[in-house]
Amino acid sequence: MPFLDYYKILGLSKSASEDDIKKAYRKLARKYHPDLNPNNVDAEKRFKEINEANEVLGNPDNRKKYDAYGEHWQHADEFEKSKHQGPYKGHYQSDSKGYSEEDFSAFFRNMFTGSHSRTGGRQVKFRGQDLNAELQLNLKDVYTSHKRTLTLNNKNIRITIPAGVENGQVIKIKGHGGKGINGGPNGDLYIQFSIINHSKFKRDKENLYTTVDLDLYTALLGGEVTMETFTGRVKLNIKPGTQNGTKVKLKGKGFPKYKKEAQFGDLIITYHIKLPTNLSSREKELIEQLQALRS
Amino acid sequence: MERTDLIPVKLVCKHYKVPVAFINRLKEFQLIELKAYKGTFFIHNKELIKVEKIVRLHYDLDINIEGIDAIYNLLEQVYALRQEIRMLHNRLRLYEDL
Repeated sequence: MPFLDYYKILGLSKSASEDDIKKAYRKLARKYHPDLNPNNVDAEKRFKEINEANEVLGNPDNRKKYDAYGEHWQHADEFEKSKHQGPYKGHYQSDSKGYSEEDFSAFFRNMFTGSHSRTGGRQVKFRGQDLNAELQLNLKDVYTSHKRTLTLNNKNIRITIPAGVENGQVIKIKGHGGKGINGGPNGDLYIQFSIINHSKFKRDKENLYTTVDLDLYTALLGGEVTMETFTGRVKLNIKPGTQNGTKVKLKGKGFPKYKKEAQFGDLIITYHIKLPTNLSSREKELIEQLQALRS
Repeated sequence: MERTDLIPVKLVCKHYKVPVAFINRLKEFQLIELKAYKGTFFIHNKELIKVEKIVRLHYDLDINIEGIDAIYNLLEQVYALRQEIRMLHNRLRLYEDL
């Protein structure tokens, strides 16, 4: 873990008074506190640093050690001892007792989870921590309800993903969060869906949108074209004289409605007429004849 | 049968080291709900997370109850706005790459 300059974190100089430290901590904590910045990872990271800085600088003994030994302040007692005992002969590892990621979390956890206590012989039960996770899925994956196994903290959780979940939607899996304290209920697991769409369809809630290319002659004379949907191929009847940009709605061929069984949105198709290019002289001649007929 | 989902207010106060008046004020501000049963007030265990948060905001960050009430109202707005942003973001995808 990189060295954290606690004075810099709190925006203070080395000559700051205890009161300055307290004030700076409170001001920054009010800005970055996780309770005031829900789901903000950056704020949480910043708050951990601020908290750590306050734990060290807010304690006169720790601050003295920190001022003298900087990042190795936690080994201050060993250094002091070695000064009196002559040269230090032990093997010193600079990061062996520093804040590892794990210590940091524990430090943070102690601060934020309700500690447990025994009161009057009765244990108070506390709910476990809520956990957040993100799950990436393709649009096609969420067209149908399906089961999926997630691995969280080395534990497999089998969940049902209901058809029609939205990008960014969060679902709660009850009881799969952190373990409760003293037999209290477990916290919940919140899964946020990130839905990637590589299909030719655009989605707005339960409606799907797409464009279908038509050649000039089918647009003029009418005909049939087929297209792929999530449920297979569909045949489209093209009316003669179809204009570019014409929209048709296929009722019930859209996306499933979230948690509404057998209900679907619509598929809205926009026709895009492709004009022929690189006309041959014969084609040009025939089109000019058509033009003459129309005028 | 003893209900384990309701915790006496006095016990909660003892655990969090807060006066009973503090919990009563949270009730006054409708920040939490208390249940009365046989002359004793209880807090539902589902409310404990909220109580913990409020205790931290009040005692660690020095924010008074009026401020916490305002924060909760603003946080609700934040959640509603996030929901709206998500919906608009999804709708915007419709017009991208056109």
